[in-house]
Amino acid sequence: MARLLGVDIPDKKKIGISLRYIYGIGPSNALQILEKAGIDANLRTEKLADEQLSKIVAVIQQGGYVIEGDLRREIGLNLKRLIGIKSCRGSRHVKGLPVRGQRTQTNARTRKGPRKTVGVVRSKEAKTGKV
Amino acid sequence: MGRSLKKGPFVDDHLMKKVEVMNQSGQKKPIKTWSRRSMVVPEFVGHTFSVHNGKIFNAVFVTENMVGHRLGEFSLTRIFRKHGAHTEKAAAK
Repeated sequence: MARLLGVDIPDKKKIGISLRYIYGIGPSNALQILEKAGIDANLRTEKLADEQLSKIVAVIQQGGYVIEGDLRREIGLNLKRLIGIKSCRGSRHVKGLPVRGQRTQTNARTRKGPRKTVGVVRSKEAKTGKV
Repeated sequence: MGRSLKKGPFVDDHLMKKVEVMNQSGQKKPIKTWSRRSMVVPEFVGHTFSVHNGKIFNAVFVTENMVGHRLGEFSLTRIFRKHGAHTEKAAAK
C-alpha cells in the first residue's frame, strides 16, 4: 500500500483508480490531477517512483482540492447552518428523511434505513379476554 | 438551472415595498405575508415575518444566515401526527 496524504491507496490498481480512494477525489478529479502531474493514468500504483508520488501530492495540495478532513468539516458546517436557521431542509436532515421533496409514504429507504415495525402494543389482559 | 444573475434575487414587489417603508421609518413590526416564494435579501435581516403556511402564519425572525433562502423554507406546511402509542390518550394512561 502506498500512502498519500495520510490515506492508504491500493497498489495493484491503476493510479487513475487508486486516487479515488481519497475522500473528495472522484473519477474526473483523479484524471485532472494526473494530467497536471504528467503521469499516465494507466500505470499501476506499485510501478510509480517516489518522485512521481510526491508530484501527485504537490498537485493535490496546490490545486485547491478540498479533501478528507477538510471536506468532511465543510459538509458538516453546511449542515449545521441549515439546522441552525431552522429551515425545512435542516429539519429533514435532523429527522433523517429525504431532503429534496421525494415521497416518503413508500420508498425513501436510503435515508430512513431498514424498516422499523410499528405495531399497537396490546395489553396482556386484552389477550386473555379479562379486560 | 439557476436564475440569471442579471435579474438579481426574486422578491415580490409588495413585500419589498413594505420592508423599505419599515427600514426608512426604523420601525420593527411583524410583516404578514403570503409570499413564500420571495427570497430573503440582506434588507430583510432583523425583521420578523409572519409567513403563511396555508393555514396559519408562522413567525420567522430573519438572521444573516438566512439570506439566499426563501421565506417558505422557514414556515413548514405539513404536520406529522405520530402513530398509536404516542398519542395524548396513551400518554395519559
